[in-house]
Amino acid sequence: MELSNQSITSLRKQLTSGDICSADIIGSLANAIEKKDGEIGAYLSHDLDAARKAAKTADLSLPLGGIPIAIKDNINVKGQPCSCASRFLDGSYTSPYDATVISKLRAAGAILYGRTNMDEFAMGSTTENSALGNTRNPHDLTRAPGGSSGGSAAAVASHSAIAALGSDTGGSIRQPASYCGVVGLKPSYGRVSRYGLVAFASSLDQIGPITQNVEDSALLLNTISGRDAMDATSLEQPDTDFTQGLNDGVAGMKLGLPKEYFGDGIDPAVRHQVDESIKKLESAGAELVEISLPHTEYAVATYYIIAPAEASSNLSRFDGVRYGNRVENPNDIIDLYRRSREQGFGPEVKRRIILGTYVLSSGYYDAYYNKAQKVKGLIKRDFENAYQKVDAILSPVTPNVAPVIGADKDNPLQQYLADIFTISANLAGICGISVPCGKVTSESGSQLPVGLQILGPHMGEQAILKVARAVESSD
Amino acid sequence: MSSERTEQIDVRYVAKLARIDLNEAECETFQEQLSAILGYIDTLKDLDLDTTDTEGQPAVDDNYLREDVSRPSLSQEDLLRNAPESAKGQVRVPKVVDA
Repeated sequence: MELSNQSITSLRKQLTSGDICSADIIGSLANAIEKKDGEIGAYLSHDLDAARKAAKTADLSLPLGGIPIAIKDNINVKGQPCSCASRFLDGSYTSPYDATVISKLRAAGAILYGRTNMDEFAMGSTTENSALGNTRNPHDLTRAPGGSSGGSAAAVASHSAIAALGSDTGGSIRQPASYCGVVGLKPSYGRVSRYGLVAFASSLDQIGPITQNVEDSALLLNTISGRDAMDATSLEQPDTDFTQGLNDGVAGMKLGLPKEYFGDGIDPAVRHQVDESIKKLESAGAELVEISLPHTEYAVATYYIIAPAEASSNLSRFDGVRYGNRVENPNDIIDLYRRSREQGFGPEVKRRIILGTYVLSSGYYDAYYNKAQKVKGLIKRDFENAYQKVDAILSPVTPNVAPVIGADKDNPLQQYLADIFTISANLAGICGISVPCGKVTSESGSQLPVGLQILGPHMGEQAILKVARAVESSD
Repeated sequence: MSSERTEQIDVRYVAKLARIDLNEAECETFQEQLSAILGYIDTLKDLDLDTTDTEGQPAVDDNYLREDVSRPSLSQEDLLRNAPESAKGQVRVPKVVDA
């Protein structure tokens, strides 16, 4: 029986009623991976034999008992590789500890068996920046799955994972979820501990679930959220069951449509699907309110100062001394750093480290980083003002459908500009979810998914999950 | 998108600061690409931020400080397992200071 195409919730029911056992799920998953992952390339590594063993002793009384979860390759799982899809760490690094989200998943009974592909160090939006191989979009193999959590999204979309974790610094969960037709949640800054996530831009990074449906997203958020002494930015929060109230509907809710997000530059076919799903929310009783987020046009520039600046600092740890790639026969310690990094990093990582080092360098710090911090504050304030008037905000996730592999390879600026709808949420620290809202037929006849983004106030996950569920159930 | 003020980034110099060797081809490509990106970033110049009071707004408003007490951590052995070279319980690197 095929089980790998079912949701966590559905599988849990069958597990607790005794209709299936965890090993059945692993068996189905192994079949799906063997059949599909050759052409999709969602996984960098997996250990299904270990998963089978873990399945035998799975404690089914736990909330995720016996459920396998795929993990993006930048989250540490003790005893497994954690390469960040980089040559710098590939083959030479084994995690000596569990990230906090991993400890929480283990405590909830989940089985951690595989690592998904990504853009190197999460820098990119197509997964083409992986140094370890291509991932293809399950809906059209000539197209990218999006990124940077492209492996996680492609695994869930091709039913070669039940659910997965990703990380989102500027849209890296929501955008691939949109391109692959699955549900991707970026929690609020502070909702989930990042301890054990390889840091990219520390003031923006969050870990979140990529799932087949909204209920699974809520279920995984229940498990991974919470204050953690190992991440000083994680917040004290009331114990919330995010699956409660999911089906309450949107009647009486005020949903904002930012005029800056519905201007030119959106593919008309994408726009049509988004408009249709917004109409359905209106018929379901939501009140639509036009709002303004006046600093939207500055978001991409702000992000491409702050994110590379923080990355250049965070990635200084990859120096060839304590772990990862070390060059042979260095002349001295500086030569060891310089050549180990040259060898180990791919072009996009180098580009961002150079950009980040530049904007932080003497004489430029005020003009770039300080200015960007001020604008970040203005963007945050735009959202705070908007949430005085509305409960959640609706927008496309991306201006276009999944790009053909290789399309913007030599034009990084063009790729950066496509992040316009997702990066503001990271700058403002708010939460956002991408939920499938229809498909567009490509020139070659493939059916490409479109996502609707729902942005909520800081720590407002319950509201956006409820709206996402309403979108999902209106299909 | 280009503006008159865009500073010319000296990729070779910045790569030195960043401790990354780049070959000639990379230097040239990055020079061009990063100049375009910095040109775009200059759109922030249009904003008058002199009276803006949002500087240094923390991403989260709460600050958690912990007690300064020791607690169990990973063992030296576990951590050195990932080191490219180690000796006598330490990471080994080329000589840093002259004797």
